[in-house]
Amino acid sequence: MRVNFTVNGRPQEADDVWEGESLLYVLRERLGLPGSKNACEQGECGSCTVRLDGVPVCSCLVAAGQVEGREVVTVEGLAEFAKDRTEHGGCASGACGTTLDQAKRWEAKPTQDSQTGEGVELSPIQQAFIDAGAVQCGFCTPGLLIAADELLERNGSPSDQDIREALSGNLCRCTGYEKILDAVRLAAARQGEAV
Amino acid sequence: MDFLRPASWEEALAAKAEHPTAVPIAGGTDVMVEINFDHRRPEYLLDLNRIELLREWEVGEENVRLGASVPYTQIMENLRTELPGLALASHTVASPQIRNRGGVGGNLGTASPAGDAHPALLAAGAEVEVESVRGSRFIPIDEFYTGVKRNALQPDELIKTVHIKKADGPQQYSKVGTRNAMVIAVCAFGLALHPETRTVRTGIGSAAPTPIRAKEAEAFLNAALEEGGFWDSGKIITPSVAKQFADLVSAAANPIDDVRGTAKYRRHAVGIMARRQLGWTWEQYRGAGRTLEGAA
Ligand SMILES: Cc1cc2nc3c(=O)[nH]c(=O)nc-3n(C[C@H](O)[C@H](O)[C@H](O)COP(=O)(O)OP(=O)(O)OC[C@H]3O[C@@H](n4cnc5c(N)ncnc54)[C@H](O)[C@@H]3O)c2cc1C
Ligand code: FES
Ligand code: FES
Repeated sequence: MRVNFTVNGRPQEADDVWEGESLLYVLRERLGLPGSKNACEQGECGSCTVRLDGVPVCSCLVAAGQVEGREVVTVEGLAEFAKDRTEHGGCASGACGTTLDQAKRWEAKPTQDSQTGEGVELSPIQQAFIDAGAVQCGFCTPGLLIAADELLERNGSPSDQDIREALSGNLCRCTGYEKILDAVRLAAARQGEAV
Repeated sequence: MDFLRPASWEEALAAKAEHPTAVPIAGGTDVMVEINFDHRRPEYLLDLNRIELLREWEVGEENVRLGASVPYTQIMENLRTELPGLALASHTVASPQIRNRGGVGGNLGTASPAGDAHPALLAAGAEVEVESVRGSRFIPIDEFYTGVKRNALQPDELIKTVHIKKADGPQQYSKVGTRNAMVIAVCAFGLALHPETRTVRTGIGSAAPTPIRAKEAEAFLNAALEEGGFWDSGKIITPSVAKQFADLVSAAANPIDDVRGTAKYRRHAVGIMARRQLGWTWEQYRGAGRTLEGAA
């Protein structure tokens, strides 16, 4: 079957989709967006987390056909998504966002100055993950970024309990979580300063 | 496989009548796991996401009418006062991502003895409104669970609304597991005090082939509270009464040994939860505000 939906603010069409296929599979294998990771395919790890109509979900548990006509944001579009949110309070579908081509080529390039992130388009939460040393192997990172970004969108000054709760559906096998918590606190503090 | 995407409830009922083997998919948090792991290859998937009425709820005089697909997150955020037990139970489900998709309709569809909504529904009192092209009927929650992962639905029926009694007193829910998030209950217990009718109701999860009420324990406690004049006096419940209640809850359980725990442990743990929840809810009942909200 064919599925039409919006990915990172741009309309996309996926063809030859098997009816039992997950959104995660469509993103990775049909649209060439491997940012969302596949670790468990059973909702346990959160590495496939995306926003579906704004809501964080495990894309491995959403059937492809269920996203027809709906909006998905993946880690590849997160920087642009966060920017649109700060600059225009969001984005009317199609007007901004990230093209499939840009998204496929997107990478968090290392910069000389990791403090300012100059020369790289990163969302505040991405920059904070780098600055706090919250990325090791990086496999869990895309899902954590989506979940953490959504937390900060809802709650500008989350308590540690709020952060733990918001990230409780995301597993990390490397960091021991402390640096991840640091990163979210850092992004929240910077967000507070910016206001 | 075919993917059916009805735009309305009527279309969904028609599709289910035409294809009784079609597997409804709401949040997909049970169905997609089975498909991803090739445990299930349904001929038809029947997507319920486009059906607005399944995502709505309404607070009435006596009941909350909860659409089958209302996600747990919404229950936690919006129905804490009316459905404190179910809100607490919802909060223990999995993770934010799962709670954003999964709901009570799916929990009832799967009818796992470990499903967290069940003890809360049993304790609060609920009826499941199911419908087919043949008409609709209300199934009392006590009659809904018919076996391990079996329920009273006919092949052409869909769950439309769960009618849950609005709390008229304190309610509690707790479960035993190895960590706070992402835990299938080793066993679970829910308790609701109903001061209006001067009764208590219970729900036990993961400690019998189906979710069950501990009816003898309820009857014992109802009688003890009545005879002792506890509802009027609001005095502290005698420890021997609480203990007897807990023992009867343990006795009602009919658990098995499995990877998550032994039968002996489960029987013990539901008793402990019963005694503690009786303490918590009774304190709330006695408390000045007689608040209806569950404690976090
Ligand atoms: C990682 C993970 C952790 C989990 N942890 C918990 C937990 O802690 N506690 C818990 O209780 N559950 C847990 N679950 C199971 C699951 O999330 C719940 O059972 C949830 O309530 C299912 O809801 P859903 O909308 O996603 O159901 P779906 O997967 O869409 O459907 C489940 C079943 O119900 C049927 N169904 C759905 N809607 C209807 C309807 N309207 N009419 C008729 N049939 C219908 C479907 O055909 C299917 O058989 C977990 C699942 C995962 C993946
Ligand atoms: S791959 Fe989806 S939660 Fe693990
Ligand atoms: S950094 Fe390796 S899993 Fe989190």
